[in-house]
Amino acid sequence: MIGIGLLLFLLLTATGILLVRNLFAVVILSGIYSLLMAGTFTILDAVDVAFTEAAVGAGISTVLLLAALGVVGQEDRGRNRRALIPIAVVVLAGVMLIYAVPEMPPFGSPEAPIHVHVAPQYIEETPSVIGIPNVVTAVLADYRGFDTLGEVTVIFTAGIGVLLLFAGRRRKYK
Amino acid sequence: MSVLGNFNYVIAITLSMIGLYVLIERGNLIKKLVGLNVFQSSVFLLYISMGKIDGGTPPIHYEGIAPFSNPLPHVLILTAIVVGVATLSVGLALVIRIRDAYGTIEEDEIQALDAESGGTE
Repeated sequence: MIGIGLLLFLLLTATGILLVRNLFAVVILSGIYSLLMAGTFTILDAVDVAFTEAAVGAGISTVLLLAALGVVGQEDRGRNRRALIPIAVVVLAGVMLIYAVPEMPPFGSPEAPIHVHVAPQYIEETPSVIGIPNVVTAVLADYRGFDTLGEVTVIFTAGIGVLLLFAGRRRKYK
Repeated sequence: MSVLGNFNYVIAITLSMIGLYVLIERGNLIKKLVGLNVFQSSVFLLYISMGKIDGGTPPIHYEGIAPFSNPLPHVLILTAIVVGVATLSVGLALVIRIRDAYGTIEEDEIQALDAESGGTE
């Protein structure tokens, strides 16, 4: 029940992001959205993801967005395109995806294909092979350590990108 | 299974469509980035929902508690969240540079300024 409430609040917050004009309010709403998402993740048993979403999504993202707002100002002049094409694209894609939903394995079913492939092996082996109780950490840092190395490379590249973008900064407008 | 039984998936799809709409229709660049964030998070919700098992617990071994929810989507999404912030920071840096160069972060005003100065420059 709490889960359904959180999901409905997520929907409300996203609608708020869509409709609100003031960018400061939009940024705060996006922080709330991330926090609600972290709560949902906790209910769905993904505690590690919830930690990360709360710290990185609700924390760092919001701080970065606020820092950017400090430079660019917080008014959205509301020049939306009002064309028919975006609505058509979004509705069409949404209807097609929802049409596919009944074909998904039932929510929470232990027999879904995702649960019978390699996951049981990871869960079973982790205490004896890796020697730590947390399976997510074991997969992240050991079984799929190269993935994590790739992730770190992406962050490093993004850091260099941001530094380069600010390196030759000349202000034409104040 | 009915659509209602897969409520989480329906919400994830609705959220992603709201995010996509903000991303392609709103003219303000900051708002576009927030829309991208909503879009991303909705995909995270889809993945994590797929990993849930009824009566499952977080995948941490402790005195024989079982069953565990699937840890693999959690690992993928942990990576994706961090990469999402990296994308966001580069995007925001670009927005700030655009604002430096054009004095505005509204897409149509930028396009108008480009058209005035000869298009291809």
